[in-house]
Amino acid sequence: MRVGVFICHCGSNIAGTIDVAKVAAEMRKVPGVAFATNYMYTCSEPGQDEIKEAIKREKLNRIVVAACSPRMHELTFRRTIEKAGLNRYFLEMANIREHISWIGLDKEANTNKAIESVKMAVAKAMNNKPLYSQSFKVNKRVLVIGGGVAGMQAALDCADGGLEVILVEKSPSVGGMMARLDKTFPTIDCSICILGPKMVDVAQHDKIKLYAYSEVDDIKGYVGNYQIKIKKKATYVDWVKCTGCGACMEKCPAKNSYDHFNFGVAPTRAINIPFPQAIPKKAKIDPNYCRQFVKGKCGVCAKICPTGAINYEMQDEIITEDVGAIIVASGYGLVDMDKFPEYGAGRYPDVITGIQYERLLNASGPTEGHILRPSDKTEPKTVVFVSCAGSRDKSCGIPYCSNFCCMYIAKQAILTKDHIPDSQSYVFYMDIRSPGKGYDEFTRRAQEDYGAKYVRGRVSRIYPKGKKMVVVGADTLLGTQVEVEADLVVLATAVTAAPGAPQLAEKLHISYDTFGFYVEGHPKLRPVETNTAGVYLAGCAQGPKDIPASVGQGSAAASKVQALFSKDMLESDPAVAKVNENTCVGCLKCIMTCPFGAVKEKELRGGRIVANVIETVCAGCGVCTATCPCGAIQLSHFTDNQLLAEVNTICQK
Amino acid sequence: MDVINLTKSTDWNFIEEVSKESGQNPSLCYQCGNCTAGCPYTNYFDFPVSQIMRLLQSGQKDTILSSKAIWLCATCETCTTRCPCEIDVANVMDTLRIIARRENKVSEKDIKLFYDTFLASMKQHGRLFEVGTLMAYNLKSGHFFADAELGPKVMEKGKIHFFPNNIKGRDKVAKIFTRFQEKAKKHG
Repeated sequence: MRVGVFICHCGSNIAGTIDVAKVAAEMRKVPGVAFATNYMYTCSEPGQDEIKEAIKREKLNRIVVAACSPRMHELTFRRTIEKAGLNRYFLEMANIREHISWIGLDKEANTNKAIESVKMAVAKAMNNKPLYSQSFKVNKRVLVIGGGVAGMQAALDCADGGLEVILVEKSPSVGGMMARLDKTFPTIDCSICILGPKMVDVAQHDKIKLYAYSEVDDIKGYVGNYQIKIKKKATYVDWVKCTGCGACMEKCPAKNSYDHFNFGVAPTRAINIPFPQAIPKKAKIDPNYCRQFVKGKCGVCAKICPTGAINYEMQDEIITEDVGAIIVASGYGLVDMDKFPEYGAGRYPDVITGIQYERLLNASGPTEGHILRPSDKTEPKTVVFVSCAGSRDKSCGIPYCSNFCCMYIAKQAILTKDHIPDSQSYVFYMDIRSPGKGYDEFTRRAQEDYGAKYVRGRVSRIYPKGKKMVVVGADTLLGTQVEVEADLVVLATAVTAAPGAPQLAEKLHISYDTFGFYVEGHPKLRPVETNTAGVYLAGCAQGPKDIPASVGQGSAAASKVQALFSKDMLESDPAVAKVNENTCVGCLKCIMTCPFGAVKEKELRGGRIVANVIETVCAGCGVCTATCPCGAIQLSHFTDNQLLAEVNTICQK
Repeated sequence: MDVINLTKSTDWNFIEEVSKESGQNPSLCYQCGNCTAGCPYTNYFDFPVSQIMRLLQSGQKDTILSSKAIWLCATCETCTTRCPCEIDVANVMDTLRIIARRENKVSEKDIKLFYDTFLASMKQHGRLFEVGTLMAYNLKSGHFFADAELGPKVMEKGKIHFFPNNIKGRDKVAKIFTRFQEKAKKHG
């Protein structure tokens, strides 16, 4: 056995707090180590060349690189040694940067710890076995979760590239939040006018199969071969027969149903088409309000429907689809008003949220684009906008900035002046965040050309006084308290993760942060990938962002899927569990503990039952090896022998 | 306000002292102004509370300790309730009063006197003796007839009495005061 050890300085990242030369010198004393050196940047081209040359010159057959986290460069060095003719699994990395040099300042202690850490890696490397990947076929279909602008963009880009797309949307229509907006910043172009054509394209594209009012129920499989169970929720209307004529909606007697699309700005009917441009334009019954469901008799819609599409007996339906990759664009939610007792906690009808105001401004909204106060349907003359309602508020559990509120408040102030020329807007803000192209000019325009009064300070309290709402805040630039008697108050409520985001993440085996936003592979270099192969992110599911950024991520995720599907076969990771059929007693506990369903029962000749691992499904987590009572199931590349060799090394003195 | 030379006038030890004694980190404040927005006494203050926090962040010890604001604060804790950064602002104000007292920089002598008279009454009677406190305060402050017109009204309703209503074991309450004073002496 001839082990080569390469200690990286990583500039001063490692060499700053570890005596790398000493570590290399110590390694030369370790039995089995034929060569040890230290180098400024091992990952650089000359650094890699040195490894390759040393393998040939010194006839090395195991390589240890002591550098950063294997998540950063394991693949780099595996490729390096493969080019020099070694099996890629003969590489072992010791993470002396994240685990040692970055976390301690004591150079002597760090150096000693690094020596032990590299010794462990040497011991493991000497026990490493060559492993070979298997190749398997890729199913070139893609599942897109979420039909907002990010999801639709991803779906269209994939479909235009010739891939079959399954688009699953939770609500009855695609369009997401953008379909609810009136105009978009910074150009004031009509939101649905630019989104509508995309929605139609999604519906008409022969490569896109749209499941509206459906949710992903279960996900099985692995990159290239996923089995998806989709729950089509009961709409109580046969969408094949429904023509979207809207006759049922006109006659429905349940007039006080909550309107999810309009965020409750005005009531809707129990059977409804969410908005005129809905795709698919089909009716759906809300059983929480429908008299047929609540009282057991009504049936008006069934009588009125000219095509006989109403079916009160409809049940949820489960559909199975096979795909090879998944794009998650499940969007965002908004913080509840009840988080703000000082603003009335939703008790005052004339204190509304930004998205509700958007519906009041919108020509297809409940007021047909006339701004009317919810309480008395009069035109407000003084409108107060409160930014950061929940955002950047640790006491609310939301320390982050919601990204686009500053911009939409400026837009809403401009639109308010457009709709009601003798109105006055006030904007309470902490900082104006407008870093996009043309964005800062836009917020200036709101103040300079549209006369919106920006007040730098937060609002402490809102209370009713006659027909007015008194907004008490601070003007920190003046250093005083200020009050505005407003007709309407609009709160820019904070962006949160979509309801149910963590549950979906767990189905997908992807990570999410404390707030429920999905975590990207790398914050800079892998912005739309996840750490699970074959699952990509787009839009606000990853974090609050505006329309251009969501569209950009949608396209980026689609191009990642195209790149993945450019190969017909994918290579599996051979670092998976393997069963020793001679020692397996067939207790099959591993089947119960495997989180991926990768272990199956197998009958040998003679009828003996043993466990069997499906290599392509196994994710290499090692849970089964910890479960197995007789050590018969071993994780390749992390076998008991390999790990114990490491333990023995640090226990020796 | 004069030009503040941040290089020369920032008192880092003062920032440290206030953080340590109040247990609050002034760097958490991002100057949103919510404390000022909710403060019921801000119109009497020379510096609104958000500016006191800002002066603290810039280590302007003399300006803060000689301000009226820290003494006019009623400790209603609206600032603490509203603060999005979860700073106990009322506690910071309290700490500033304690430091001002310690360093003999009390700008509102009457308020300090009121506190003292109040506590003296507590020490003596184990609870507040309103009439005694008021008379002692009025005599010492020289505002002989301050609030005197309210006397008959509250007296009529039985809210206050001419004679102190001592509690059982008031010596024990007095001991709390002595113990505290000894401790304070020991720690300088």
